[in-house]
Amino acid sequence: MTRLFIVLISVLGVAFSGQSMAKPTPENTLSVSAAFEFTSLDPSKNGYIFSRMQIIETLLDVDANGVLIPALASHWSVSKDAKTWTFDIRQGVHFHDGSLLDAAAVVNSLNIALQKHGALRKAPIEQIAALGEHQVVIQLSSPYVVLGAVLANYANAILSPSAYAQDGEVLALSSTGPYQLYQFSPPHKLVVEKFDDYWGKKASIPYASYLTGHRAESRVLQARSGQADIVFGLDPASLPILKRLPNLTLHSNAIPRTIVIKLNSEYAFLKDIRARQALSDAINRVGIARGVLRTPGAEAEQIMPASMSNWHLDVPNKVSDGKAKAEALLAELGWQKNADGYLEKQGEIFTVRLITYADRPELTTVATAIQAQWEAIGVKTKVDVTNSSAIPMGHQDGSLQAALIARNYGFIANPLAVLLADYGQNGGGEWGAMNWHNDAVSALLSELEQTTDTQVFRQKAQQVAQFIYNERPVIPVTSYVQQTSVSNRVKGFRFDPFERRFLLNEMEFIR
Amino acid sequence: MKALLLKRLLQLITVVWGVGTLTFVLMRSLPGDMAYRIAASRYGQDNVNSDAAALVREELGLNQHPLEAYWHWLTDLLQFNLGNSMVSGLPVIESVQHMLGHSMLLAFAGLMVSILIAIPLGLLSAWRGNPLDSVLMGLSSAIRAMPVFVVGVLFVLLFALHLGWFPVAGYGTFAHLVLPAVTLALSLAAVSNRVVRDSAKQTFRAAFYQFSKVKGLTAWQTFHRHGVRNIAVPVVAFFGIQLVSMIEGIVMIESLFSWPGIGHGLAHAIFARDIPVIQGAALAMGVVFVLLNTLVDLLCLWIDPRGVEQ
Repeated sequence: MTRLFIVLISVLGVAFSGQSMAKPTPENTLSVSAAFEFTSLDPSKNGYIFSRMQIIETLLDVDANGVLIPALASHWSVSKDAKTWTFDIRQGVHFHDGSLLDAAAVVNSLNIALQKHGALRKAPIEQIAALGEHQVVIQLSSPYVVLGAVLANYANAILSPSAYAQDGEVLALSSTGPYQLYQFSPPHKLVVEKFDDYWGKKASIPYASYLTGHRAESRVLQARSGQADIVFGLDPASLPILKRLPNLTLHSNAIPRTIVIKLNSEYAFLKDIRARQALSDAINRVGIARGVLRTPGAEAEQIMPASMSNWHLDVPNKVSDGKAKAEALLAELGWQKNADGYLEKQGEIFTVRLITYADRPELTTVATAIQAQWEAIGVKTKVDVTNSSAIPMGHQDGSLQAALIARNYGFIANPLAVLLADYGQNGGGEWGAMNWHNDAVSALLSELEQTTDTQVFRQKAQQVAQFIYNERPVIPVTSYVQQTSVSNRVKGFRFDPFERRFLLNEMEFIR
Repeated sequence: MKALLLKRLLQLITVVWGVGTLTFVLMRSLPGDMAYRIAASRYGQDNVNSDAAALVREELGLNQHPLEAYWHWLTDLLQFNLGNSMVSGLPVIESVQHMLGHSMLLAFAGLMVSILIAIPLGLLSAWRGNPLDSVLMGLSSAIRAMPVFVVGVLFVLLFALHLGWFPVAGYGTFAHLVLPAVTLALSLAAVSNRVVRDSAKQTFRAAFYQFSKVKGLTAWQTFHRHGVRNIAVPVVAFFGIQLVSMIEGIVMIESLFSWPGIGHGLAHAIFARDIPVIQGAALAMGVVFVLLNTLVDLLCLWIDPRGVEQ
């Protein structure tokens, strides 16, 4: 028996020492921890991880202000009718497999992306063609100003032609980023190695690893112990403790993601604008931002943050308690409180089923706070926690009444693309308005699709924002603040508000 | 022996068919649209919409009749093909191997450490009796009463944060294994040391044991010749049960330590409605269950060969 033990333990020891002798070590590896899992190499599915770890790159990039900048296309131009887009492909760019980037590779990647799920399918593309070795022309059937931003989305990353199988399946993640894939162990661990032939700013840190930390508590512990150099998505409750630690620095950055309540404007009790307005007024946003999310100042009455100035109205947030106003509005609509304290009209009780999803833990707590605040004005509120796919499903089958969601307006760098999807047609979109028919907004959005003049664009965008603000097809609650901890052994950390890249290649270890 | 193995082989086949069929029926009868669930897991929460669901439905042929899908699964299974994951598209066998390998590693390591704790403590408390016995009893109950993740968090606080000896979470090196294995071992040993103690006590009290002492053997000779085997049978059987339940039931430890095991993987596959992965994982667990049971039976038979003659 003793011998058996010794054999077993030595077998375990050998098995592990083999793994720990691999090249990346804690000393030469920057370790990143965040909440999201990955399952596939395909950029259309998990590209957001690969783009953040800087393996994949796109034709155009986005700076911190949301302005498009050159990336794999060194220059681009749009024809006068805005239907022909010409891209000059950067020369001397190597894929991770050693081959050179050319127009044919770009055309190949984009055509494959067109066959998969993503924003590119929505673009009115007639043809994508190579013009010689270093130019790509995209021909549209109608003007589409957001094409540039759509091309900057991770799903449209450019991969080496050898990375794909015949049917377009991604076999290897051979792209052009400053880091290349070293180890891929879905769903938890990813290691990247610096790519010496990178065309831009070359990385200094040899390796970087990404570890999925499902539980916010685990991530906090990883930050505290120094096991992870950079931890994204910290639990606000842990911030006071982390602030006191000498070995790390905390960063709080606003991101263009907003917690909003999607409403079904056809739902009998929510049909009248005043009812939606009342529900909005009843929410104590300051309290939620401060007490629940612990990010004072994050309260939001508009879907877009101030940083997206075209879409943000210059009106102050209402600070006064809106409860009385909400009650007055509902009384105007004939709702009276019954003996149980619930609003009643013609024998019907004002009830709302608010669905939300557990993918983002803060949503469930915010949902229960809103439940309490709505119940306080007499609205009977039921909260159902489900899967994120219940939102588009409930929109399609019409069963949705209200849903608390976290909408990423920076998903495509030009918010117009997101707004077109959310408010553009047939009364709204799956992650936006529902059964909200406003012809003026539909017309304005489709005009914006073709508007290239910045002044006119801003004017029309402001009109859209005003309509959404006035009519409340959705109720904004708070904007997001991303909490990140960075170990003091790392220099040069910078946060990308569009969460496209972790900017690993700008960081260095302090020796 | 042959009869036992044959019986277990038959059992294996029924378990494989039964578990697979049951998971299929259960998963199909859950409310909600599978295509949407799979799309959410594939494309992420920011990018799930009905277009994605339609694409998934078409690609995976989710419109086909359930019986047809079941027939496909069954014929694939007969060719030892577990299919591909609906979310990642990767072969199920690969991810099951990856997850089961990590679970087994953690389970075996945990069991080994728990044996190292439980056997000496159990024997000592049977041999010395009170007050040591009562103290160990109290300690065991206290640890057993605590949820396993509380024990884990306490260890993390002490050994990872305060002392900085081991990493908080992750996998890949020996250091990563220590904390989850010790956490697991402690919660296992809390029960198994009592089993060792009871079995030892029973043996120590037995007439044959007393007799061997009376006939002049030393305490060690008595224990070695008449104690070990008699104590071992129920203990080995219990360790076997613990090992099996561990491989299936260490979800909390796996998620606390970001360990890519099968319990955790199975839970995620259920959220995503990834039926092939659920079936594959459940099958693998069923097979492991039967194999380990067989192994334990053989081991018990070797320790106490009297069963064969009966």
